[in-house]
Amino acid sequence: MKADDPNIKWIEEPKLGLAGKMYLPLVAQGLTTTWKHLSKSLRGETVTVSYPDEEPKIGNPLIYRGVHRLNKDEAGRVKCVACFLCATACPAHCIDIIADESPWSDREKYPQSFTIDELRCIYCGMCEEACPVDAIELTSLYNLTGRSREEMIFDKEKLLSVYDATKEQEPMQSPALGGTAT
Amino acid sequence: MPTVTVDGIEVELGADERLNGIQAARRAGVEIPHYCWHAGLSVVASCRMCLVECGKKDPATGKVAMQPRVVPACQTPAAPDTVFITASDKVKNARAMVEEDLLLRHPIDCPICDKAGECSLQDYHFEHGREERRADIQPFTSRRRELGETVTLFVDRCVMCTRCVRFTREVSGTSELMVINRGAHEEIDVFRNEDGEIRFPLDNKLSGNVVDLCPVGALGDKDFLYRQRVWFMKSHDNVCAGCSTGCSIKVEENQDRIHRLKPRENPHINGWWMCDEGRYGWKHVHDPARLTQLRRRETGKLVSADWHTLPAQLENKLRAAGRLGAVLSPHLTVEEAYLLAMYIRVLDPEAVLAVGPIPTSGEDEHFRGGFTIRAEKCPNRRGVEAIVSRVGGSLLTWDDFLAQVEAGSIGGAWITGGYPSAWHDAADAEKFASVKTLVVQDVFASPLWDRADFQLPGATFAEREGSYVNATDRLQSFKWAIRPPAGVKTEGQLYWQLLGRPGLYRASEVLAEIAREIVYFAPAAQGVPEVGVDLKVTQLAASAELVASAGG
Repeated sequence: MKADDPNIKWIEEPKLGLAGKMYLPLVAQGLTTTWKHLSKSLRGETVTVSYPDEEPKIGNPLIYRGVHRLNKDEAGRVKCVACFLCATACPAHCIDIIADESPWSDREKYPQSFTIDELRCIYCGMCEEACPVDAIELTSLYNLTGRSREEMIFDKEKLLSVYDATKEQEPMQSPALGGTAT
Repeated sequence: MPTVTVDGIEVELGADERLNGIQAARRAGVEIPHYCWHAGLSVVASCRMCLVECGKKDPATGKVAMQPRVVPACQTPAAPDTVFITASDKVKNARAMVEEDLLLRHPIDCPICDKAGECSLQDYHFEHGREERRADIQPFTSRRRELGETVTLFVDRCVMCTRCVRFTREVSGTSELMVINRGAHEEIDVFRNEDGEIRFPLDNKLSGNVVDLCPVGALGDKDFLYRQRVWFMKSHDNVCAGCSTGCSIKVEENQDRIHRLKPRENPHINGWWMCDEGRYGWKHVHDPARLTQLRRRETGKLVSADWHTLPAQLENKLRAAGRLGAVLSPHLTVEEAYLLAMYIRVLDPEAVLAVGPIPTSGEDEHFRGGFTIRAEKCPNRRGVEAIVSRVGGSLLTWDDFLAQVEAGSIGGAWITGGYPSAWHDAADAEKFASVKTLVVQDVFASPLWDRADFQLPGATFAEREGSYVNATDRLQSFKWAIRPPAGVKTEGQLYWQLLGRPGLYRASEVLAEIAREIVYFAPAAQGVPEVGVDLKVTQLAASAELVASAGG
């Protein structure tokens, strides 16, 4: 693109007055955010909590990105069909799946093993986005600890147990695909 | 020169070339989508995906007369002055309609389909299909039916291109597959008894090819099914080491683990096909019994050695052993055989060179489509024989070598194996009692390995780099596809190091050297194309040279 291109619109810099030259309006503008927060905390609307004595409040647990879970279908079987789309989408390469023919007649493929390295995960939620059957979801469990690195590599059983622990508070989404949310 | 016009691009045809619309368009850089057409099979023009507009240009006036209707490009000969239009709205509409029709009955279970990622239906849908699905059908799971030991059929994924049926009729000549039912109920199947049990399963020696031929995920290879998604694998050009046909293949691996072998198109050798024996013949590469420990014998006991100090130890022992002999396995590449021969000849200029045992099983098998499975189950007999006879002076066989060893005339022997199964017995190994220094390089333990003074774990075909010469004197070069297991050094790299050459083993450099030294390999001097080079052209020259040397 050349300088004389008709698509270029040239704009003149606005002329500054005396207040502008002394930066006063900008100083006041910059301090408004500070004052807003100051007045909020003076009114007692603080968000800081004294963790761990006090648990923080999570706004919407359905969109929070915490520990993963593997959902189960109505028959209690793992919903995952081992399509590897989560592993493909994962930018941290923390999902490892071994697929096999499923032992059930209504399903062709299932994960023989499904492990997530929770330490390697960056909790971006891409796996949840990629999953075509809503089998993998991120829960609102955030306080994840362990004594060793091995302990933090979650296998299929562990991920299914996270589902059992959180299914009441965070029901599965999309009823069309077997979700229980209304 | 006759010409054909594709979307305004002029394509020149050879004098007696017979191309169809798809091939002519490909030459112009235009891809015409197709399912049922395959260069190696007859034309049925049943899928209607390759519909194009076609016309004829009057060479005198330059006027183009177009046919009113779209025609299948696969069935339309690219005769001189034919005009193809592949990008008009009419053609685009025709393609979108074909795609929509195919997807009406398709399960869309791509997430669990093994073909996803290399599926023509997927690719063409993205490129030529409608943006929205007008049919109100939810994704469903395909019915599945076994066709034989190796192949399984996902009935609902099929687009009825009948490539597999034509393959069994025209190439393997076994005709196991057929189309049952008619109209919208058409399905692929094998012949069954009334109770549904398979009467004639799909079990010919080329059956794996139908899976490669299938443009969609209808035919599944049970060996590969659900093992790996295709987009995780890297593909490497290689040459099959199963028999002396030396099919051009692709090794598909992920993180140094082979998941499948596929044929690579090579009109001079295998066409588009490969046999099941070769296709599934990679299992020994990942056998847990593979040798990975480098050991040497010190005062009667085996101790572990390391590759850095090995060259000096080997040289000391071999120089002190007296007359040397080397057995060059027909599993070695030409370059590796040459480097080993050079190394042995440096240590002992009179060293004896012999070719390893040539495994054979049964007779050569010829198929209707011209494909051949050879009885000789090694990839490089010709190449190694050429090295042995030119460098060694005469062509000694394994039996000749055993006789010399038994007679006690060999003090130090270097034996290369690399065979996927047992290749000698304990009686053969007994004959090596008089050998002072025995170096064995192999992939699996054997009686000779147990006797060896130096146990060098070796590589398999997918880890090698170099060239093989097949039964018809065609030389093909390839690079390594996977790294060898920890502890193993490939033959080429070891010999390169033993000869004191700097840096990493470079097979192409060695081949250029061989091509200069040995007239049989001279055609490879200008580099080796993907389809290989024919070494036969120099055989006349070589025999003339022999006659001249005999006469002189």
